[in-house]
Amino acid sequence: MAGAPVITVRNLTTRFGATVVHDGLDLDVLRGEVLGVVGGSGTGKSVLLRSIVGLKRPSGGQITVLGTDVLNADPAALHAVQNRWGVMFQDGALFSSLSVRENVEAPMRERLGIDAATRTALADLRIALVGLSPAAGDLFPAELSGGMRKRAGLARALALDPEILFLDEPTAGLDPIGASEFDRLLVALQQALGLTVFLVTHDLDTLHATCDRVAVLAGGKVLAVGTMADMLLVEDPWVHSYFHGPRAHAAQPGAGGH
Amino acid sequence: MTDTAGQMPKTITLTGPVTLANLSETRARLWAGREAVFIDLSGVTALDTAGAWLVARRQQATVRTGDGMGVIGANPSQTLLLKTVTAALPKALSDVSQHGPRRPIAVFAADILATLGQTLSANAANIADAIAFLGIVMARVARTALHPSRLRGTALVHHMHQAGLNAVPIVALMGFLIGIVLAFQGAAQLRQFGAEVFVVDLIAISILRELGILLTAIIVAGRSASAFTAAIGSMKMREEIDAMRVLGLDPIELLVLPRVLALVILLPVLGFIANMAGLVGGGLMAWTQLGISPGMFQTQLLANTDVSHLLIGLSKAPVFALIIGVVGCHQGMQVGGNAESLGNRTSRSVVVAIFLVIVVDALFSIFFSVWGI
Repeated sequence: MAGAPVITVRNLTTRFGATVVHDGLDLDVLRGEVLGVVGGSGTGKSVLLRSIVGLKRPSGGQITVLGTDVLNADPAALHAVQNRWGVMFQDGALFSSLSVRENVEAPMRERLGIDAATRTALADLRIALVGLSPAAGDLFPAELSGGMRKRAGLARALALDPEILFLDEPTAGLDPIGASEFDRLLVALQQALGLTVFLVTHDLDTLHATCDRVAVLAGGKVLAVGTMADMLLVEDPWVHSYFHGPRAHAAQPGAGGH
Repeated sequence: MTDTAGQMPKTITLTGPVTLANLSETRARLWAGREAVFIDLSGVTALDTAGAWLVARRQQATVRTGDGMGVIGANPSQTLLLKTVTAALPKALSDVSQHGPRRPIAVFAADILATLGQTLSANAANIADAIAFLGIVMARVARTALHPSRLRGTALVHHMHQAGLNAVPIVALMGFLIGIVLAFQGAAQLRQFGAEVFVVDLIAISILRELGILLTAIIVAGRSASAFTAAIGSMKMREEIDAMRVLGLDPIELLVLPRVLALVILLPVLGFIANMAGLVGGGLMAWTQLGISPGMFQTQLLANTDVSHLLIGLSKAPVFALIIGVVGCHQGMQVGGNAESLGNRTSRSVVVAIFLVIVVDALFSIFFSVWGI
């Protein structure tokens, strides 16, 4: 399934004042895989995501996405590569003054010159793909539940048919049933659309259910990368307690997690 | 597929990328072959959801007229994508037909009447709600008067600083300019009768009785009612108000009372400052343009202008302050969960506060004239 790297991060350094978040971080994301990024609070998981999509300029290093050096690209090249990824923020980050359908239409309206009827039909298709009822399209973000907001955020992230999907804590704040539904949805969409997924999460169940590989961030670097089975063999105390803790045992397939 | 022996099945062949970027060309090619039975995807290099959507739509359009339409030459991932999109499609289609025109526009008389009725009843509910809020605030004022230790002194002083002290420069400047304008306009008229000296009465009575306090209230409404709404509204959005209620703290006592009391205490002072600045401005203008010396101005002022004008003017200030404070805080409490409602409520609080101040000022005028004060 996995192919050549679509995202390469080399020697990434990020500082906030005196605090060093990333200290020479290297990471590859391969085409067609779901990469889960885990780590303790403050290890810079979300900062890494924000750096890759260009929301946070790192202090040093190189980031290449789909062959484009995103830190030094000219605006046109950056714009072209932005059309090929979708980002879903932690709480959906939907535009509060627009309905769900208008939210999903917004990227298509900005980036593509397609007619209104097609745009609406495609937005309705996205809304149906993420498992929202057709009536949800007319609702405003304030009227949605947390799970619906996340699904609507996913629909907006998928609006431009991206090759790479960035997800920031997609299942945080969802009940276990909603979270595992979201995991199943993610896997189904990933396989059907052939997406590469960069997933920041704390949720061990999500890691088990969706991820091909897991990257553990610690001490400003990627401490370990590999499959879930590989993670169980890592000697580092933090990684050990993360993947062998009481919650980890509950989440393992065959141990009652699924 | 039913028996098609004897005739070659017509096939639509798609090649190259079938994606969002070249949607219109794909659509043209798909709908060109009306009698086609198969769609051949073997030459397709890239297929995304938008392309799959078109293919599925084409299939479905044929299914409706009775014929089946097969897709051939799709690789496994394309087949999976088509299946996923087709599964989502009926919902998407029925959705479009169900809700029709998305937002009905009130065109017919009945619609206009309904809108009018909804607006009226919403406004009536809003007014009732505001009056209820005023009642709660007054009840808290009474309780605080019985137990003065409940009053949040720090918050009160903070808001007196913000809404009162910081408003002094703008209020004083406004009063000064009003004095100048009145003197200038009044003098032009009174000079025709050789009665320039009465410009002193004109300035004194109009500023002390009406304009000083009214314009101060309007400025404070613009400054503080909006600030109250924005501050309380953003707390409401971040659930701080709910947190207070859960912790057994009374948001009215903690947030509303200090703000309203600060205005009630300081609006008379601000009005007095505006009055004095207005007299200075008017006096200056009378001196330079009409030759009425400051001494003459003082004599005329003391001889002809009763102190009751000043008292009547200032007696309105606490009422205006109550209106501004209660409207500002009430609108803040009405803010919903999104940023847009915060903006709407903030602008509404200023409009409502100024409007009510002017209405109440008119009521005061009628009251005073009926009682002959």
